[in-house]
Amino acid sequence: MTSALQILRLDIGLPLDSGAVLSPLEIGYETWGELNAAKSNAVLICHALTGDQFVAGPNPVTGQPAWWANLVGPGQIIDTDRYFVVCSNVLGGCMGTSGPASIGPDGQPYGLSFPVITIADMVRAQAALVDHLGIERLFAVIGGSMGGMQVLEWIASRPERVGAAMPIASAARHSAQNIAFHEVGRQAVMADPDWQGGAYQAKGTRPVKGLSVARMAAHITYLSDAALHRKFGRRLQDRNEVAFGFDADFQIESYLRYQGSRFVDRFDANSYLYITRAMDYFDLAAGFNGRLSDAFTAFKGRACVVSFSSDWHYPPADSRHITRAMIGAGVEVSAFEVETDKGHDAFLLDEPQFHEAMAGFLAASAADQGL
Amino acid sequence: MKNAASTRADHEIIINAVPQGARVLDVGCSDGVLLHRLKQERNAIVRGMELSQAGVNACVAKGLSVVQGDADLDLALYPDDSFDIVVLSRTIQATRKPEMVLKQMHRIGAKAVVSLPNFGFWQVRLSLLFNGRMPVTQGLPDSWHETENLHLCTLLDFDDLAKQSGFELESVTRIAAGKASAPSIGTSSLLNWLSEEAVFVLKRAGMASR
Repeated sequence: MTSALQILRLDIGLPLDSGAVLSPLEIGYETWGELNAAKSNAVLICHALTGDQFVAGPNPVTGQPAWWANLVGPGQIIDTDRYFVVCSNVLGGCMGTSGPASIGPDGQPYGLSFPVITIADMVRAQAALVDHLGIERLFAVIGGSMGGMQVLEWIASRPERVGAAMPIASAARHSAQNIAFHEVGRQAVMADPDWQGGAYQAKGTRPVKGLSVARMAAHITYLSDAALHRKFGRRLQDRNEVAFGFDADFQIESYLRYQGSRFVDRFDANSYLYITRAMDYFDLAAGFNGRLSDAFTAFKGRACVVSFSSDWHYPPADSRHITRAMIGAGVEVSAFEVETDKGHDAFLLDEPQFHEAMAGFLAASAADQGL
Repeated sequence: MKNAASTRADHEIIINAVPQGARVLDVGCSDGVLLHRLKQERNAIVRGMELSQAGVNACVAKGLSVVQGDADLDLALYPDDSFDIVVLSRTIQATRKPEMVLKQMHRIGAKAVVSLPNFGFWQVRLSLLFNGRMPVTQGLPDSWHETENLHLCTLLDFDDLAKQSGFELESVTRIAAGKASAPSIGTSSLLNWLSEEAVFVLKRAGMASR
């Protein structure tokens, strides 16, 4: 049981896509299980926008269950008795890894002087951690949503270091709609007077209202219309009729406000700006003359691309786009669309079809790699 | 999904046509029974494409590398010569453009193995002759308005189309009442009468190296 954050401090300079160099680099990470003698059983799990390194085991900071407790652990599908599981907080995050809330070289919090980062930069930081752990080749890299983007970036930039890749509910590039929703969130944060031009730490304020609204807007995109209807419909909150005011009359309003208020306790507003920006900039094919399949030609491992039918944030068409490019590149790929009404968030929930697919894929990959 | 029984006579013949360690693409692989056997019995490197989501999901859960796709549209994605053998079992009659499908298979793999129901089978002919209605037989179990089959043909028709698509015939095997006969090196009128189903093993005409 971890009582505090485990942080790796590297005094290397991490070169970033923007041209800036980040030094020092700190990486908050957790591991579960044992690395075998051949160092061939490591699974890297990449977390989503607001996730963290606590993929398994309770989260000591929030006190909440881990975000993939249903998948990662002893005897689970990602079996920590069998695999050495690594998960690190992304670059730009606020759970131990260098980000805008970290203290910069001048002894002050970075704030907006933190360099703008990309998904590729996040993967560079992860690769530095994997190097530090002495792992040459990862048995598998798995991630959902933004985590899936990191998976794709891993096999495009470090194909020889990955045996099996599983991008889940993800996309090879951010669509205009994705960018639009992120911009709404960022504008909400920046419109909060307590944001203070990004220097709220120095000024002793916190833009909780803006960040909460950003979370509320984003949360809608994680759920499907059908799931919202099923959970809330037009039901009223603690009242029998509408109050002719702007209180939370409807249960859905109350739910979103709760989600927003809970989020600000654990997340840094500037981190939200930086990480959403990194996602917006993500367009894997752009580095390969616009040909996505060229991003995958050097990857000789297996891939399994998973999507969820009611996900309108990263819809199944985005996953099909990835799959088709992989076929064109000659990658051994399987593709799986889970029938569900739970929307994007389904990748975090108990979806038996999804879990069966992951179990089948990992078992076959382990057999391939002699594990 | 089509018939998924684990012991299909056409599967036995297809497995026999696949050398050890061959790279095989099964187009319309249903729930992956054939792919699984090819992997187990031939140590083949297997991939599949299947239209139905349920079929794809069943395959992936078994650890098979299968994607959802439509033979009419998605074969174009595969690079030239990416497989040794492309299999199309009981699927060609359900495609919209069988000739295009065959030409894609010709491009993707050096060999093709195709199994199909034979509309020239004597029971089918007699059924149509005497009943005056679209035949419903063991090999063609669905009525005309429920069948997924769009392009039924006879063994001789398919032989023509395969040649037109750039293939030459390596062997054709007759199946009747679930039993396979010894393979023949060519089609004939008699074989057309006697085959309920047929399995064609095809190779690129002239086998010109590409």
